[in-house]
Amino acid sequence: MQRIGVFVCHCGSNIAATVDVKKVVEMAAKEPGVVHAEDYQYMCSEAGQAKIAAAIKEKNLTGIVVCSCSPRMHENTFRGAAERAGLNPYMVEIANIREHCSWIHKDVEEATKKAVILARAAIAKVNLNTPLKPGESRVTKRALVIGGGIAGIQTALDIADAGYEVDIVEKTPSIGGRMSQLDKTFPTLDCSACILTPKMVEAAAHEKITIYTYSEVEKVSGFVGDFTVDIKKKARYVDANKCTGCGVCQEKCPSKKSLSEFNRGLNTRSAIYTPFAQAIPNVPVIDTEACIKMKTGKCGICSKVCQAGAVDYEQKDEIITEKYGAIVVATGFDTIKLDNYDEYAYNQSKDVITSLELERVMNAAGPTKGHLERLSDGKHPKEMVFIQCVGSRCADNRGKSYCSKICCMYTAKHAMLIRDKYPDVNVTVFYIDVRTPGKNFDEFYRRAVEDYGVNYIKGQVGKVIPQPDGKLLVQGVDLLDNKQILKEADMVVLATAIEPNPDVRKIATMLTASIDTNNFLTESHAKLRPVESPTAGVFLSGVCQGPKDIPETVAQAGAAAVKAIGLLAKDKLLTNPCTAKADELLCNGCSTCANVCPYGAISYEEKEVNDHGIRETRRIAVVNSALCQGCGACTVACPSGAMDLQGFSNRQIIAEVDAICR
Amino acid sequence: MQELINRAKELLESGEVARVLGWKAGDLPYNPEPAYFEKAEDLKDFVYNGFCGANLSKYMIEASKLEGKTMVCLKPCDTYSFNQLIKEHRVDREKAYIVGVGCKGKLDIEKAKKLGIKGIESVSGAEMTDDCDTLTFQTIYGEKSVAYADVMLERCHVCKGKEHQVYDEIIGESKDTKDAERFAEVEKIEAMSPEEKFAYFQSELSKCIRCNACRNVCPACSCRKCVFDSTKFDSAQKANVDSFEEKMFHVIRAFHVAGRCTDCGECSRVCPQGIPLHLFNRKFIKDINEFYGEYQAGEDTDSRAPLTNYTFEDVEPSIVTERG
Amino acid sequence: MSIETNEEFRPKIVAFCCNWCSYAGADLAGSSRLAYPADVKIIRVPCSCRVNPMFILRAFEKGADGVILCGCHPGDCHYSTGNFYARRRMTLLFSMLDYIGVENGRTRVEWVSAAEGVKFSQTMNEFVEKIHSLGKNVRLGDLRCKN
Repeated sequence: MQRIGVFVCHCGSNIAATVDVKKVVEMAAKEPGVVHAEDYQYMCSEAGQAKIAAAIKEKNLTGIVVCSCSPRMHENTFRGAAERAGLNPYMVEIANIREHCSWIHKDVEEATKKAVILARAAIAKVNLNTPLKPGESRVTKRALVIGGGIAGIQTALDIADAGYEVDIVEKTPSIGGRMSQLDKTFPTLDCSACILTPKMVEAAAHEKITIYTYSEVEKVSGFVGDFTVDIKKKARYVDANKCTGCGVCQEKCPSKKSLSEFNRGLNTRSAIYTPFAQAIPNVPVIDTEACIKMKTGKCGICSKVCQAGAVDYEQKDEIITEKYGAIVVATGFDTIKLDNYDEYAYNQSKDVITSLELERVMNAAGPTKGHLERLSDGKHPKEMVFIQCVGSRCADNRGKSYCSKICCMYTAKHAMLIRDKYPDVNVTVFYIDVRTPGKNFDEFYRRAVEDYGVNYIKGQVGKVIPQPDGKLLVQGVDLLDNKQILKEADMVVLATAIEPNPDVRKIATMLTASIDTNNFLTESHAKLRPVESPTAGVFLSGVCQGPKDIPETVAQAGAAAVKAIGLLAKDKLLTNPCTAKADELLCNGCSTCANVCPYGAISYEEKEVNDHGIRETRRIAVVNSALCQGCGACTVACPSGAMDLQGFSNRQIIAEVDAICR
Repeated sequence: MQELINRAKELLESGEVARVLGWKAGDLPYNPEPAYFEKAEDLKDFVYNGFCGANLSKYMIEASKLEGKTMVCLKPCDTYSFNQLIKEHRVDREKAYIVGVGCKGKLDIEKAKKLGIKGIESVSGAEMTDDCDTLTFQTIYGEKSVAYADVMLERCHVCKGKEHQVYDEIIGESKDTKDAERFAEVEKIEAMSPEEKFAYFQSELSKCIRCNACRNVCPACSCRKCVFDSTKFDSAQKANVDSFEEKMFHVIRAFHVAGRCTDCGECSRVCPQGIPLHLFNRKFIKDINEFYGEYQAGEDTDSRAPLTNYTFEDVEPSIVTERG
Repeated sequence: MSIETNEEFRPKIVAFCCNWCSYAGADLAGSSRLAYPADVKIIRVPCSCRVNPMFILRAFEKGADGVILCGCHPGDCHYSTGNFYARRRMTLLFSMLDYIGVENGRTRVEWVSAAEGVKFSQTMNEFVEKIHSLGKNVRLGDLRCKN
């Protein structure tokens, strides 16, 4: 029989206000095996942990139950406290009487009753706990960064600077990401390329960094410290080792009608192309859809003009398999599709553009060479209207429920830059709220209004109607003056909501990392572990986790790097001891368990057993505890009940069921 | 039958097999029982006729551990069970010399009794060489003839076919005796109201005396130690016969063999209380076929069983409510 | 809610939640103060595939009126494939319970991610309401013995 101590936490008033903690103590003390029960203000505090330690020693406890917050919060805290007092950490169970009880119930009697039952279930379980010992697994001292935008680049640089090998996998032909498409950055208005390109060069030149552009992650297996990843290097049809980046091929390419991805489809590019002048690597790729040689077999001009002989039409996709200890996801974002927002006439008029498209228009390397002009007729606009929250903060299913966070600031930036460069252009911004939390942000916005005379109107735009003369009629409402507004504009700019890169779902699935309903990757804890995925060894950098501006992205990228470095710095990891184990006397050797094991952790051995005096050689399942992650699929597949999960055994779970249903 | 005995004798005498697993006559003309024959002269007791319903594949689990090969007589439907046992590494194919024996449908003496046939002294028309169209009973009240099909086991009415799935040689002819829809009975129950369903199963299962005959005969119930006999699923030590498993026995048993049950029908055949236990297993088979595609356990030895497989598009459990 | 309509009946409801998604979703429901009836008691399991049909039958036999299993959304399982197996097992089990005449609303599977506190709370409210409408579970206590 166990000697169990029960510790009921008040959590200040978080628990104690709704749960009668004294009653829980009183009731718990009556349960079989319980020899000690007490309550305290904050069990997780040093004093609380000292109480646990003292009781373990004085009462010779063999198991403890802490009735407190979620085990996801403090299970490790209490396991640590137990271990320091000489108790096996796996002899600790948590009854979650905060998140699952006091916080959701109002009635004290009802909440107390439930807390008692939850305590009872945990006590019933701990009665059947057995001491467990973690195993060890190795750490491959190499990190993978998925995504080569500013988040990925910063994370890779920080990890590499700490002395670890890093590979960046980038889907497009160049690193740089969204930031490379921006013209200026708020609130300091420095040129995006001027601050980004040195980082790109640094990453490319770093001896610890390997960059795989035009590549995608194909397959991920393994677990923290020991991931195996297949990377598909798509054929560029240009030998990167030979190419000098002279650009002649792009000049001479006769197929020049493909829309430029980099310029958001506002102009065209050749079939053999580098996305932009500062691309890294400065090695073009051939777009097989557009290439005449690929389509018809005739042409081959790029190959003929290439003095380095780098063009190779026979190049094949290549799979690179590499091992990693840590994986950082930095897959970034895109703007949402505007198909649901027909009222803004985005698909009808060339002069209705997204803010990201405006970035390209304003950029000297963009489709208009940096001149502000209408894309329909090249005329200089006089009236510009910005519409905020297009698809953000949306109550229905048309758009996104969240605030995209960056739009208010970049719109202030656009408005200011336009007014600065073209004082003859009137700028009007329709907004729901202007949100400017951030260092020097509100000052920046006020400058736009006060110094640059940008006309901010609180209210939404109902419709943008293209006029026969090419103008755009904007129908809006001014909520402060409570009046309808009809405004003729030459250009309309939509502050389009951002969303996680659509590829992230596939990647999250491969990594078994959780994703929320908006496809943002979920962090392990919203406050305390914001850059870690709940999947051990997977870290989050940048907008893949939630909307962010550049400084926040860079800060998070550094934080993700530090977490990855912390992992890579270890030589060995302790493995979860809650692994499956086969009872060799019950095992039939039928292989059913191995069929459902996602880790290939189960093998079979011909083993001599002594079954109550009968000695025979039997085929028996053996679990490799270093590979087993403890899901328990095998335990249910096993027809004889031979396979059980340590820490979550059949008997333990049934004891909980019984305690709850009692 | 003589051909079978001759061949068995040959195999034993040549030393190719160490024993023969077949049937020997029982104390009544209609209850032969499974038996081992280790010497040629013992084969005089060997019988094989329409009453040899027992599926011998499960015996091969123990026989696989013995020295030398065992000649085992398997009917076409028994071979599914044998394949399933190979798949689960419970029998050793190398230790078995499989004689696929012909089958023209096996008999259920209870059905004869229900037809009013009593005081049976002998039966004719159920030998391997017979056509198995008519069955004639010599009784103390005189001779009685009935249509063979009227006395057939339930499972033979939904016969899986006359092909042996695994064998070394085949002796005797087989006949596909299927004359009913396999899932007709299940569908009948599915169409009932929840109250009717419950009443039906409660009345059937209330007859259960927990004799374990179903479990012991079932080739899928091949565990060294059954979960019902271990303490693995009880929070306390096994308390008494009133435990949870006792009450849920048949549902749990059916779930344990789901996707592995070949629908051999032995459970229903041996139930002394006449509970139609196959209706549980067949329900699972029907669901598996409908939800995950046709699957016949024991048709092969390497396919993935439905419960150890999945597709992304699998139906959600809510289908049960949605289909009404 | 139906608690008012039937005051005496407080159902016993067991909710199995996988550690990675649904248990976290329940935590989020808690920290967001999204109430659901106290009748629901959660048992934490590593993965929905850890839930043996035996546990569910056991709960019913011990007097539970409803059992719900929550796991990660298909494709998002922390262990890649666990919920796929759970889905098949539960589909077959629920179908069997329906077949033997147990009201099929007493069992449910719901996929709840760590971010879906709202869904968790809503699901539990709905489920409790459903169990209220079904009333006390009398059928699964003992199938084998006629009263």
